Amino acid sequence: MQITYHEPTGDQVEIDLAASGEPFVDVTLVVNGKQLTKRAPARRLLSDFLRHDLGLTGTHVGCEHGVCGACTVMIDGQTARACLTLAAQCQGARIVTIEGLSPSDGTLSIVQQAFSDCHGLQCGFCTPGFVVSITSFVEENRGRTDFTDEEIREAAAGNICRCTGYAGIVAAVRLAAERVAAADAEGQDR
Amino acid sequence: MTTRNLGARVPRIEDPRLLRGEGIYVDDVDDRGALHVAFLRANVAHAKIARLDVEAARSAHGVRAVFTAADLGDIDRPLPQLIPHPDLTHPRTQLPLARDKVVFVGETIAMVVAEDRYLAEDAVDLIEIEYELLDVIVDLEESAAEGAPLVHEGVPRNVACHNVQVVGDPDAAFDEADVIIKERISVERSAGMPMEGRGVVARWNSRDKELTVWDSTQAPVSIRGGLASIFKIPESKVRVITPQTGGGFGTKVMMFYPEEVLIPWAAIQLDEPVKWTEDRREHFLGSNHERKQIHFIELAAKSDGTVIGLRDHFLHDTGAYIPYGIAVAQVAAGQIGGPYRIPNIRVSFDAVYTNTMTVSPYRGAGRPHSCMALEMAMEKLADELGIDRMELRRRNFISPDEFPYARDGITFADGNQVLMDSANYEPMLDQVLDEIGYEQFLEDQKVAEAEGRMLGLGLAVYVEGTGLGPYEGARINVHPITGKVHVAIGLSTQGQSHETAFAQIAADQLGIDPEDVILVAGDTAALGYGVGTFASRAAVCSGNAVNVAARKIREKALRLASNMLEADAEDLVMEDGKIAVKGAPGRAVSLRDVAIASNPLRYAFDEDAKAATQFAPAQTEGPPLPEGEVPGLQADGYYSPPGATWASGVHAAIVEINPDTCNVEFKRYVCSHDCGVMINPTVVEGQVYGGIAQGLGGAYYERFQYDRQGQMLNASFMEFLMPQATELPPVEMHHQETPSPLNELGLKGVGEAGAIPVPSLFASAVQDALKRYGTRVTEVPLSPNMVHRMIEEGKAKEQDAVPA
Repeated sequence: MQITYHEPTGDQVEIDLAASGEPFVDVTLVVNGKQLTKRAPARRLLSDFLRHDLGLTGTHVGCEHGVCGACTVMIDGQTARACLTLAAQCQGARIVTIEGLSPSDGTLSIVQQAFSDCHGLQCGFCTPGFVVSITSFVEENRGRTDFTDEEIREAAAGNICRCTGYAGIVAAVRLAAERVAAADAEGQDR
Repeated sequence: MTTRNLGARVPRIEDPRLLRGEGIYVDDVDDRGALHVAFLRANVAHAKIARLDVEAARSAHGVRAVFTAADLGDIDRPLPQLIPHPDLTHPRTQLPLARDKVVFVGETIAMVVAEDRYLAEDAVDLIEIEYELLDVIVDLEESAAEGAPLVHEGVPRNVACHNVQVVGDPDAAFDEADVIIKERISVERSAGMPMEGRGVVARWNSRDKELTVWDSTQAPVSIRGGLASIFKIPESKVRVITPQTGGGFGTKVMMFYPEEVLIPWAAIQLDEPVKWTEDRREHFLGSNHERKQIHFIELAAKSDGTVIGLRDHFLHDTGAYIPYGIAVAQVAAGQIGGPYRIPNIRVSFDAVYTNTMTVSPYRGAGRPHSCMALEMAMEKLADELGIDRMELRRRNFISPDEFPYARDGITFADGNQVLMDSANYEPMLDQVLDEIGYEQFLEDQKVAEAEGRMLGLGLAVYVEGTGLGPYEGARINVHPITGKVHVAIGLSTQGQSHETAFAQIAADQLGIDPEDVILVAGDTAALGYGVGTFASRAAVCSGNAVNVAARKIREKALRLASNMLEADAEDLVMEDGKIAVKGAPGRAVSLRDVAIASNPLRYAFDEDAKAATQFAPAQTEGPPLPEGEVPGLQADGYYSPPGATWASGVHAAIVEINPDTCNVEFKRYVCSHDCGVMINPTVVEGQVYGGIAQGLGGAYYERFQYDRQGQMLNASFMEFLMPQATELPPVEMHHQETPSPLNELGLKGVGEAGAIPVPSLFASAVQDALKRYGTRVTEVPLSPNMVHRMIEEGKAKEQDAVPA
């Protein structure tokens, strides 16, 4: 199981104190392709920042201690736990959430469609985290379709699902990889 | 009607929005302007509250109010006792906020309402509290024993309920038995642990005096009724909405949790919207647990293997309170005979308080416990008699022609005597043994043993009483503008694919595509009658209710269409969203046309409405809306089951114990199950796979650990282990179908099926792998440490047996 932790970008962010004494920051970052600047308490978790300050409620919070994976987003091209990251750490970062991975015309990405075709979701709460994790996995292994069952399960082991027993998820990961490879072979854009 | 959709693997209608992150769960509900709540929870398990000072919290930055028991007025009284029972002689339920005493770690003591959750938590830390510690009792057997500290005053021996049920004459059976075996089976505490925790958002409109509550509950109609009663507001002014829910598994059907009353109360007091969603640690400490039982089971048998008597006494750990009554214990007791004839049974239990989190149902709700007690006892009996354990099962199965099979003297959770309606166990056992290669396995095992390897095959047969009443309903309306069919049901959804499964049923009656059905679940404004989603009942009860309502719509639509098309109803076919004259497809009306025409007020607002008026009127005789008729294509339908309908199954697995790590590794997992007619096989399989994963958790990973002071030692996902994709074996799944004779669609429930046999089969598999030592596995969840200990004990016994 691969857990990646987001290292702070190294960009400086200024802290000022509100009247209450609470430190605040103005964070400038790119979320799903759009640059924005937003003020938030310095201790604001990225998961709360995305969900409540930016209204991007697709990223879900299951544990707030980095284990369940429901909060998985992409930060600067790597999967990361939004619940273990501060918004302030993301100064200058590029973030992609489930909303950013979903086609703007309302259809489903290859990974999303594979999940649906394989009954890889039931309640849907862990699903955005899985889609982000698996999209990253498929991208990193683009073109490969010869995974063993163990490799697929390892790829899926960074996210907990309580509903499906993983049977549909395992099938979806394999199918997604196959379809991406097939689409590449046909020279289409993903 | 067609049956095109019943039994079809229709793709899920709810998937696209969930995959895109557009599902609205309770924490996603619009909370602009809402205040946020954090609780002070007891961090000791049993104590008097000597001093509680919230002043510093009240004046903290961003805090609007801090409430304690002293502030609660009318609602400072015990939360409802949901399910009374004559034997539940010493019920105790929680106060919303503890007043003088706390009895478990996590109990709510004070409620902070602030501008945001971070500030609310800051303020909680400022609350000063002093406890006078009292003796803590956590261990179940110790709590039931003489001289244990009392969790509650006035409850002798901590026993909330003592219940005894008898079928036939068990004492006589034990007297005439050739062989008697005894076993002690222990199941440790665990919990449903849905990925989404609980949450409540409440808005009070003080001008209209209307209360709207969003609650991630499995029973919104029941919550609405309770809130209306507690706050003395008419039900019509209380609306409860369950938004998309991230798993329930029973944890969210318990009511009332204190937060479910306190959050609406705070909204009313403060005249502001109030919101609370728990974090995971809170969930561990403040959302209900389950599973802890210890069974002392005995079987009486003839030497040919016929089991003539069963006695089981068990201790059931109910935790600190018992708001949900004795449901879990009753279900365990009700299922103790399993699939076997066993004509004489005595089953009894004590529900015992401990200073731990309250217990209420979690997927299986007692069935896994009694399955394991019975199945492991059967395997012990087989050993004792020298009969193959599969053969012993066969000899005792209730055969198909003996159904309906009664156990008069044992009540099931529906309040009726146990009456098993239908089943056919032997073909499932045959199928599983055949698929897993039982005969070959026995050979392989001998070879493995000779090589010093520990290879075992575990098996368990389960029964599942499902489809409890009292009833469920459906309200269907064909929309005159869009033509879509709106179906409202009285329960809520936690991932069971209701939007698709119930659409399939409606679609078959109405000759439409399931995609044209819009299901509304979990909104008391859409349908205010219903019970809830639990106990594997939604498909049976809501499914059949949808069928009843849809049929009424079908009949009315045909009747109206026959007027509009000036043809006899028998000459009409209903398919593809239209009603057409057989053999004359040009003479057709759409379902929408009929909906328009059925409401005489609706005339040509738009082109489509105008087009509909080209047909003959829907009613030709008498007034536009005949007496007894309702406008529109709408109908309500209800289904009330005469009794539970019983599903069943057989699961088996081959495992090998790794000699270095003592890890139990799966080689094969095969199951065959019978839930009657399947609405959507993909959905059914998903339910079974998911149940198996939780079952495996209960077999091998998920064990709550309390220390003797009542502190939970593993209240996080880092220490409480749940299976991930790497822990599940591939499952080979087979179906049998014995339709239920109790409902028109032939459905039986399947929601809990996968979870029931797994702990038993896992214990059976490990036991079989260790059979050279004669080890009996009697406790779940197991762990590599426990397996190691069993191996060491086995080796020591082998050495002792060697002559000096």
